[in-house]
Amino acid sequence: MPLTLTAFERHLLAGGDCEARALAMRILVAAAEMLGANELVEIASAHVDGCLYHGDGGVEFAERLVAGGGKVAVSTTLNVGALDLLHPERVRSGSHARFMARRQMEAYRSLGCTPTWTCAPYQAGHRPAFGEQVAWGESNAIAFCNSVLGARTERYGDFLDACCAVTARAPLYGLHTSEARRATVVIDASRVPPDLAARDVFYAVLGTWLGRALGEGEIGVIGGLDAHPTEDQLKALGAAAASSGAVALFHVAGVTPEAPTVEDALGHQPAGRRLVLTGLDLSAAADRLTTAVPGSGASLVLDAVAVGSPHFSVQEFDRLVSLLDGIRFRVPFYACTGRGVLEQLERTGQREALERAGVVLIVDTCVVVTPILPVGGGVLMTCSGKFAHYGPATTGFETVFGSLEDCVRSAAEGRVVRAEGVWSW
Amino acid sequence: MVTGRALVLAPPAVGPLLMLQAPLSFWGGVDAATGRISDPRHPDFGRSITGVVLALPSAIGSSSSSAIMLELLREGTAPVALLMGTADAILALGVVVGRELDQDAIPVLEVPWPLLAAVPSGTQVRVSGATVSEVTP
Repeated sequence: MPLTLTAFERHLLAGGDCEARALAMRILVAAAEMLGANELVEIASAHVDGCLYHGDGGVEFAERLVAGGGKVAVSTTLNVGALDLLHPERVRSGSHARFMARRQMEAYRSLGCTPTWTCAPYQAGHRPAFGEQVAWGESNAIAFCNSVLGARTERYGDFLDACCAVTARAPLYGLHTSEARRATVVIDASRVPPDLAARDVFYAVLGTWLGRALGEGEIGVIGGLDAHPTEDQLKALGAAAASSGAVALFHVAGVTPEAPTVEDALGHQPAGRRLVLTGLDLSAAADRLTTAVPGSGASLVLDAVAVGSPHFSVQEFDRLVSLLDGIRFRVPFYACTGRGVLEQLERTGQREALERAGVVLIVDTCVVVTPILPVGGGVLMTCSGKFAHYGPATTGFETVFGSLEDCVRSAAEGRVVRAEGVWSW
Repeated sequence: MVTGRALVLAPPAVGPLLMLQAPLSFWGGVDAATGRISDPRHPDFGRSITGVVLALPSAIGSSSSSAIMLELLREGTAPVALLMGTADAILALGVVVGRELDQDAIPVLEVPWPLLAAVPSGTQVRVSGATVSEVTP
């Protein structure tokens, strides 16, 4: 069946509103046809990832929308850019990239987007309601939006995210439809000891395993988990699963809104596959997140620590601050966050406590999308599954994965110190 | 001759077929300035994709690959056509946006992979409409 447009959508396409909306609608229609959508769906909000500089074409596109009279038609937040606008000196890009990255960020602001500059918009006040149709970019934000909030988005990347925001429309397909949101794979997590399931470090590793265990188009429901994961733990799970694999939606029985029970998540249909989560699975997944190899007999010398992918929340900073008593770091310790969270840290005095211990706060951007880490590479430690996954390719650093406690202790000692035996039971 | 589905229609293109041996993410995997595959873990690492009819079993990875496709067109380092085993709006979208920004579009086709896989890499092929055919010398 071909794509059918409403009278209003045809009006936008014909340029009846402005040239920017006509341009956005042409691209949206092309995408919808490629994806086999029969119609467009009206969206309530958008989160745009296209504000990160990858080359001058992205700037030209955004400025073309601005020049065509473009304004976003729904409430739209912005993902990270390639600059820390509040601390410009922390990014080492060349002058052309810096100039163009700023122009690109400025163009999206001119379109009427809210300059949140965060990959955790859901912790910066942008929380769509259950069942609401939206168009979000940024893989961790997509996973959180679908899984934890129960709002409905497909994966929207550069250009298409902005076209959806400007027209308030998205192709009606995939995760916008109830049928595609049903779980098809059951993961039995009942063997995971409750003390492990209570720890933050478990969720990044579970996500890393999940992303690799699921095939294309499969959706998992995790059952039998003896824990009540926090919002930040679910955020870590989704971010890791969306980087090691293509997970845009997961269910946790008794926790996430579309999964009161495993059977509900399955839509009361038979599961395609059932997997039992073992300690061996988890230790193998944890090992994948560490690429640095110690020399013979020596412990690993550490060059930097980075946390905050996705951007750290106020609660995550509370935990970090609680670990800093009497600590002085020997290596740079970067914590990435949104400017909204930074304001709260300033109000509570935590910013001072963090900086006194040597934490370098990075806002509006992060260490894997733009050059911030020290020149020359080395060994980077992190408690983020996403940093551990992308770090080696995008920063040139080898990575070591560990808990936040391990990261703090290691940064203080200047060498990798990890609690071993976490994954064996 | 292999017939597929046209994702982006553009004037016919001729070039040597380059069959990638593994899926490729353009973001983090292709250098737009040189047109070479830059992911050291990819089996075709170092190869140029400029001027070829590029056949990918499937695209993977970041949706920012649309932006890299656009940069390839702007830099003049793009392939002359894309043939994909699995339809994916990401690379094709970069071509559609390029056309809006006054770049020449290249044809993008979804093709039945087993049929295409029988054609050896390096064969001169012509991509026209929804078909791929060998160019006889």
